[in-house]
Amino acid sequence: MNAPSSVLVVGASAAGLATAEALRRKGYQGGLTVLGAEPHLPYDRPPLSKQVLSGAWDPERVQLRPQTALSTLDAEFILADPAVGLDAAGRTVHTASGRALRADAVVVATGLRPRTFAGQAELAGVHVLRTLDDAVALRADLLASSRLVVVGEGVLGAEIAATAHGMGLEVTMAGPRPAPLAGQIGPSVAGMLADLHTERGVRLRLGAGVSGLTGHQGRVTGVRLDTGEVLPADVVVVAIGADPATEWLTGSGLRLDNGLVCDSRCRAAEGIYAVGDVARWHHDKLGALLRLENRTNASEQAGIVAANVLGDDQPYCPVPYFWTDQFDAKIQVHGVLPVDAEVTVVDGDQAARRFVALYRRDGRVTGVLGWNMPKQTRLRRQDVVDALSDLVPAP
Amino acid sequence: MKVTIDQDKCVASGQCVVAAADVFDQRDEDGIVVLLNPDPPAEQAADVRHAAVVCPALAIHIED
Repeated sequence: MNAPSSVLVVGASAAGLATAEALRRKGYQGGLTVLGAEPHLPYDRPPLSKQVLSGAWDPERVQLRPQTALSTLDAEFILADPAVGLDAAGRTVHTASGRALRADAVVVATGLRPRTFAGQAELAGVHVLRTLDDAVALRADLLASSRLVVVGEGVLGAEIAATAHGMGLEVTMAGPRPAPLAGQIGPSVAGMLADLHTERGVRLRLGAGVSGLTGHQGRVTGVRLDTGEVLPADVVVVAIGADPATEWLTGSGLRLDNGLVCDSRCRAAEGIYAVGDVARWHHDKLGALLRLENRTNASEQAGIVAANVLGDDQPYCPVPYFWTDQFDAKIQVHGVLPVDAEVTVVDGDQAARRFVALYRRDGRVTGVLGWNMPKQTRLRRQDVVDALSDLVPAP
Repeated sequence: MKVTIDQDKCVASGQCVVAAADVFDQRDEDGIVVLLNPDPPAEQAADVRHAAVVCPALAIHIED
């Protein structure tokens, strides 16, 4: 395929911007449009649950590129206008304001939408955290409150709990798993994280499902667990995961199944690609469909997508990477950590909360986790790469 | 090519070292980026550009 004469990137966050930048870096000189649902210029999300929520950063600081850099990109940014439909054959995207944007190539980078409880929108004091506006609104509410319940024990919920505790709130974390990040880092290290939160003063009320919210006169008053117990709250954050933002693609004929399903080239159909949190593509080395919700994936995948849009034929086979900062713990993960993996500490000391652990399944390394040992953790990444290389690529 | 780094923005992911180990390293104690060569040779330019792209903190700046 020859280079397209026009490219439309649907989504103006990290993955969308990185795709636009990669296209220009690779010499693409055709028309370039970036369509964003939010009113903001592209900004970075990882600081939202930490530096922005705590107030350590002004909200403006999360902008990914200064205006001057965006100008030299020579792209048209259309903001505050969500995509509402796609004509895949005609490669035309319809927007909420009524625009019909046609391009030779369309890159879907619409990210995620937080899951919510039924009826939560009607209750004041209940928040999600996905956007900059969400973070600013949550911070304002926290500053005027004393008791926060975080529903969700994943990365986002645990970061919010740590940050809010640092702001002086009384924080309770609720969720069905037994420890923070139990689903992401396995039970043993998650247990250490539970100890850290407890020591610092976060109350963990984990291992019980959450059935809903309680309210009075339009404002939330608590979180009800499956056990019947009610955790009182002035503010509630619902961090129970997010779904790929693909509802606008319903009826497009594209395959939607936990994301926009793509081949190993991140291509959903002729001239249509996906990048970032929304993309579920075939990882040839792992021999499976994969969808990653992390910051580095947005940038890394963008480079491959841009190359393929311009006529290249590159499979995307990354070593997944994510990190989380909670209190003074920086936890970094390369590869994948199955919950039933065998975990071996290979550097440092768990008791000192400074260590590197290898995760193995069936004797084979699948991932490495580091706790406050960034360099030593990265040095072990090669073990993950080697294990991936030993796998026979899927036909 | 002139490379500069911002250690205050760095989040110690080490992705830059994975991309261009001749130009970047990390401090042993906290993993923050260390610039080994602010003026890398042309044959390393592509790797350094890749490092700047995959840095999750956008802490690497390049001037040609």
